[in-house]
Amino acid sequence: MIKIENLNIHLSEFNLRDINLNIEENEFFILMGPTGAGKTVLLEALAGLIKTKSGNIIIGKKNITKLPPEKRGVGIVYQDYSLFPHLTVLENINYGLHFHKIDKPQAEKRLNRLVEDLNLSHLLKRFPLNLSGGELQRVALARALMVNPSVLLLDEPLSALDTNFREEIRAGLKRLHKNSNVTFLMVTHDFAEALSLADRAAVMNNGIIEQTGSIEDIFQRPDSTFVANFVGMKNLFAAQFRDTKALTGSIEIELGHKPANSHGYIAIRPEDIVLSKESLASSMRNSFRGTVTGVLDQGLYYEVDVMVENVTFKSLITKSSLFELGIQEGIEMLLSFKSTAIHNF
Amino acid sequence: MRSKEPFFWITISCGIVIMAFILIPLVEMMTAPSFAMLKETIKDKDVVRSIWLSIYTAGLAAIISFVFGTPLAYLLARTEFTGKRLVESIIDLPIVIPHPVVGIAILSVAGRNHWIGQIFSDLGIRIMGSVTGIVVVLTFVGLPFYVNAVKNGFESISPRLENVSRSLGASMFSTFFRITFPLAWRSMLIGIIMCSARAISEFGAVVIVAYHPMIAPVMIYERFEAYGLKYSQPVAVWLVSVCLALFLILRILTLRNKQEA
Repeated sequence: MIKIENLNIHLSEFNLRDINLNIEENEFFILMGPTGAGKTVLLEALAGLIKTKSGNIIIGKKNITKLPPEKRGVGIVYQDYSLFPHLTVLENINYGLHFHKIDKPQAEKRLNRLVEDLNLSHLLKRFPLNLSGGELQRVALARALMVNPSVLLLDEPLSALDTNFREEIRAGLKRLHKNSNVTFLMVTHDFAEALSLADRAAVMNNGIIEQTGSIEDIFQRPDSTFVANFVGMKNLFAAQFRDTKALTGSIEIELGHKPANSHGYIAIRPEDIVLSKESLASSMRNSFRGTVTGVLDQGLYYEVDVMVENVTFKSLITKSSLFELGIQEGIEMLLSFKSTAIHNF
Repeated sequence: MRSKEPFFWITISCGIVIMAFILIPLVEMMTAPSFAMLKETIKDKDVVRSIWLSIYTAGLAAIISFVFGTPLAYLLARTEFTGKRLVESIIDLPIVIPHPVVGIAILSVAGRNHWIGQIFSDLGIRIMGSVTGIVVVLTFVGLPFYVNAVKNGFESISPRLENVSRSLGASMFSTFFRITFPLAWRSMLIGIIMCSARAISEFGAVVIVAYHPMIAPVMIYERFEAYGLKYSQPVAVWLVSVCLALFLILRILTLRNKQEA
């Protein structure tokens, strides 16, 4: 278990303010946020590599705030792998054994298991210099897990890898987590990664934690405009709430329930907005006629901007539907969405 | 760079001028003495003694720089603190101070009327006209070269390697000796070469602190003054040859290890 209480860190040009976080024993927890949010700083503080100003870090039942890094039992894996270039792969993996009292048969058993789990047997005698990114990352993972830390910190372990390696390491991470009793705390800004690996996450921005919760909550029910933007809720509007309706600009949107606050924000994921020529016979309570003001190629999908009165909605559709519906700038379209697709806060 | 451009020809010609400027006087000096004369010179015990003195005092200066300069270089490479720029400028001072001034400065604290000189004299350590004095001077002028080379070496090692080492249970000491040192030793060797090369070439400061025992540059100067160019050249040739041989050996050692790593 990791418990972070009111943690403050002052660096010369950057501060972490009032960080509170609870991570369960053996959980796979994700830390998200844009570049410069302070994710790496938080990880390094947990590992004892950065001095904290105030607050507490508790791992298990032990307050480790003042302990040096080597006494914390917290492993760290960096994005750039940080393997020791003058040691072979095997020496890298066994490095931590110099400082831990583990009897030989047990160490050997652990080594064999890690080598097998991470498919490293053919690399053991080689030096890091000529290994691929995926291989380096697997060695870095084995090295960190060899000393059986209570917590493993992963700083964007997948983002420097090619897509095919990424899949492989991601699967490896999941397997390692399942087969160990180590708590994983991983930084990423890739949502697919977060969804496939973890149950819970926190979003950081500008030195504070914006939201903590289940990945689904963060994805579907962001607490703030920042998180809504960050998770890709591109339709984000300030709104007045009246009864079960939200008023934004000059249009009225049915929420299906009565919000507690009188004004706030509504957010809708672009993929939840359906475009059509004619009105659809469906349960969708909100349907508006608007003009297409922009079509943006986003690779696999197209983002279509539709202006309804003075509000621009963004919808995500496939290339084939774009052609089927004959969407182009200037034409009129009907856009619809379920009231359950609307998140208000 | 396309070879037809005039710019290219300017760079080439300047390069040739500089090569000639450095090499012609050196080659001229190296080839001036006859073989018989070189042979006769090396039989002279005074010459051998002074070259040996030059080499081992410079070596001692490098070792002292290594012992005291390495931790300082690490500190400068790894930490930010107020006054760091000032510390760095102070370390560079011996490079910019005129050499005789260095000698005078050292003498002014080594004399009996200064408390440091008093302590030394109570301990029976003599600076003026002694090997100790020579080593002090050579360390003074060589240290900046060592510290700067090693600082650059430490800076090129990612602090993340040290972070990972610590997270794996290694103390700062173990981390330094198992990770940082093995990765930085080549820059330390380069620092040692730079420091001792600078120390061997020192004349102006040494001549003020210790004319005797005579290091090779002082002897070359003395022979030049007393007997002229012809008699100083063979000593110079021997000094340069021995130094080049030593540095070459050190360089080869570092290169071979570079391939291993």
